[in-house]
Amino acid sequence: MANAEEPILEVRSITKRFPGVVALDNVSAQFYPGKVHAVVGENGAGKSTLMKILVGAYIPDEGEILFQGQPIHFSHPREAQEAGISIIYQEFNLLPERTVAQNIFLGREPTRYGLIDQRQLRRRTRDVLKQVGAEDMISPDAEVKSLSIAEQQLVEIAKALSFDSKVLIMDEPTAALATHEVEILTRLIHKLIEQGMAVIFISHRFTEVFDIADTITVLKDGQYVATAPATEVTPSKIITMMVGRELDQYFPRLARPEEIGEVMVQVVNGSNNKLHDINLTLRAGEIVGVAGLQGSGRTELAQALFGVAPFTSGQLTLKGQDSHVKSPNAAIHARMGFVTEDRKAEGIFPNQPLNDNILVSVRALQLVLGRIKRNGTASKPHLVSELVKQVDVRTPSLTQEVQYLSGGNQQKVVLAKWLASTCDIFIFDEPTRGIDVDAKASIHEMIRELTQAGAAVLMISSELPEVIGMSDRIVVMWDGRISGELPAGASEEDIMILATGHREQEAEAAVETAV
Amino acid sequence: MAQISTPAQERSLWDRFIIGLRNIAPIYIVLILLLIGIGTQNPTFLEPAGFLNLLRRAAPLMVLTAGQLFVIVTGGFDLSGGSLMSLTVIGASLLINNDPANTWWAILVLFGIGILVGLLNGVIVSYLNVPSLIATLGMLLALRGAGLYWTGGAPRGYLTDNFRMFGRGWLEPFPVIERFPYAVLVLIVVSAAAIYLFNQTNLGRQLLAVGDNPRASRLAGISVEKLRIIAFVLSAITAVIAGILQGGFGGVNPDAGEGYELQAISAAVLGGAVLLGGRGSMGAAIAGALALEALFTLLNLLGLPKPLRDAVQGLIIIGAVAYAAYRSRRTR
Repeated sequence: MANAEEPILEVRSITKRFPGVVALDNVSAQFYPGKVHAVVGENGAGKSTLMKILVGAYIPDEGEILFQGQPIHFSHPREAQEAGISIIYQEFNLLPERTVAQNIFLGREPTRYGLIDQRQLRRRTRDVLKQVGAEDMISPDAEVKSLSIAEQQLVEIAKALSFDSKVLIMDEPTAALATHEVEILTRLIHKLIEQGMAVIFISHRFTEVFDIADTITVLKDGQYVATAPATEVTPSKIITMMVGRELDQYFPRLARPEEIGEVMVQVVNGSNNKLHDINLTLRAGEIVGVAGLQGSGRTELAQALFGVAPFTSGQLTLKGQDSHVKSPNAAIHARMGFVTEDRKAEGIFPNQPLNDNILVSVRALQLVLGRIKRNGTASKPHLVSELVKQVDVRTPSLTQEVQYLSGGNQQKVVLAKWLASTCDIFIFDEPTRGIDVDAKASIHEMIRELTQAGAAVLMISSELPEVIGMSDRIVVMWDGRISGELPAGASEEDIMILATGHREQEAEAAVETAV
Repeated sequence: MAQISTPAQERSLWDRFIIGLRNIAPIYIVLILLLIGIGTQNPTFLEPAGFLNLLRRAAPLMVLTAGQLFVIVTGGFDLSGGSLMSLTVIGASLLINNDPANTWWAILVLFGIGILVGLLNGVIVSYLNVPSLIATLGMLLALRGAGLYWTGGAPRGYLTDNFRMFGRGWLEPFPVIERFPYAVLVLIVVSAAAIYLFNQTNLGRQLLAVGDNPRASRLAGISVEKLRIIAFVLSAITAVIAGILQGGFGGVNPDAGEGYELQAISAAVLGGAVLLGGRGSMGAAIAGALALEALFTLLNLLGLPKPLRDAVQGLIIIGAVAYAAYRSRRTR
């Protein structure tokens, strides 16, 4: 049995840079056998980067990693796995069309006379399934795609055990599980640490962090903040450590009360399979910020409003009229615009020239056999050059293919596309992701100009300073619901309490003690 | 409103001429070289009558290629064009049944069948989510089988002169050159219509957008399904026209259109179209079809047998795609 005083895995002064951003800055941490160690932090705090460095998926720029006291240099996750460090990502690494046994022993199947020894393969699979307590639940011959998410997770854990792993890393292991499945997982994790394994996991769910973890490490903006035993801290103390930074960026001024006008969008009890009881009001002249952690339903809210995945129940009112926005085309007819999160996959047409990119939505509202104007519409023949000037796209010509523009300029092209179709309701999903600081400030400025011209803006962002700096009101989402609304200038702490569902849990606890 | 000047408008006429020359599709140069090659072997081909004859023979492929390009730029293929051509020839002989009075309504029926085939292809691809390669391959076999069944195994009858006029007839008298082939007249009308649709209307831009980024197209309000259907219908209409021309030129033959679908795809690729969609030029694709026909003529003049011509065609398609990939790698 390993000595619990010695860390089995340790990182010292790890720094990892990506173009334009320091993902991890001089981070150190120790992980002990027989302990569950939670790593928490906001989106972009560096949790996933740290995990990927531990298993050799990323190579750190500086610092060292010690495994069982020895410095290690993995260049591929397979090497880490063979050495005894396994990782289970949120998206499982299983082949859906292959059986459980084939998946667990992929690439190292037991052989006999040069052929796969099926009997031994099954026997060894049953052995590891037994270790995770799933021998009665999962057949070695079941195809992975026929298993539930929780069962697939057990297969992943069994696979890790088949490598004799000493360290098991799990990224958001409970995100896709139902409550009783979380309990099964919790029991299994406890069984594994009794056998001396070290378990490291990332989670946004504080209930589970405090239920499962012995130790909690907090990261913020790629920096190490603190490590504490779970018994000595409270959820609110952790949240305080996760947030709290200076608002050093410049943001345009907020809306004045007299600038806020009529209700443009109203959702009453909007629900679909991802969203529950959404109640939301959006007025002309205001920016409503939407905060929430990954998977909280932020993007799904935008998609529901824009008709990509519409609400299936509840009521949507646009400018005082009952509306059924069942497709993006209907949304555009209602003068809505959606600047999506994934610019490359959903925003731009990389091989088409700039003018066609900007005019695509206007043309979608015209007759399909209608004659085009190269740089505008019949009523505004110079529309493209006006918009290029207005949003300040840096381009050598109006016919430049958009793939050759920078990310910031591409984003301005997407914005110009919606300005061209004279939208007055704008949805922005991560409007400044992957954009350099200068372009960021000018996009913030433009969003504010939209509301000053009378538009209503819903702005989703993972960057809390952006949400706080830009929004006249802040809506926070958690678990497909709106968990609360905050006024302009709310603190990061207030937002995180709502975004982690912490308030909900307090309320439940209060009910329980009352009973 | 003040005129906003952009760099594009500040360039001098000469600069724009040079840039235009540099942006010219390479297929036009290839075509000119091939024509010069033909001219050195047999100068009569470059006289008006000889050249019109070359165009007349190339017309079915050029028309079919125009339709094929509408589908290719959306990121699809239409493999059913060739067998729709054959079915048109077979259908014409059976419907007309040796009576010239039947020709006109027979042509209407043939277009009706074509539009139906295009709609079916489009609906299968758009709503049943069958990849176009498979959907239209199935249609190719279905149409071939339907044609054979309809004739009962062997084609009957012949095509009336008023039907064959489109493929082999001449407009006489014609100023300067005495006579002008109807097939080339049809070719000019179809090409002009295709170039207009592709370059001047929302349709062309939206087809390119769908091929470039279908998700972004939907989010920009484009009805992706409807556009794909339109593309297949246009492709099928050109196949019927190509069938009428080919039937007129070659008479009743149950294999009249065999292999044409692959030649049309090759021609579009030679004209710079990208098989994954989002990029293509109508003029260059039609020129690609003429270049392919000119190449066959040249190989024929050089005395190469047919099997060797097929092999050369295959090598040229691979070469053209490799060259396009090389160019796009360099510009990146």
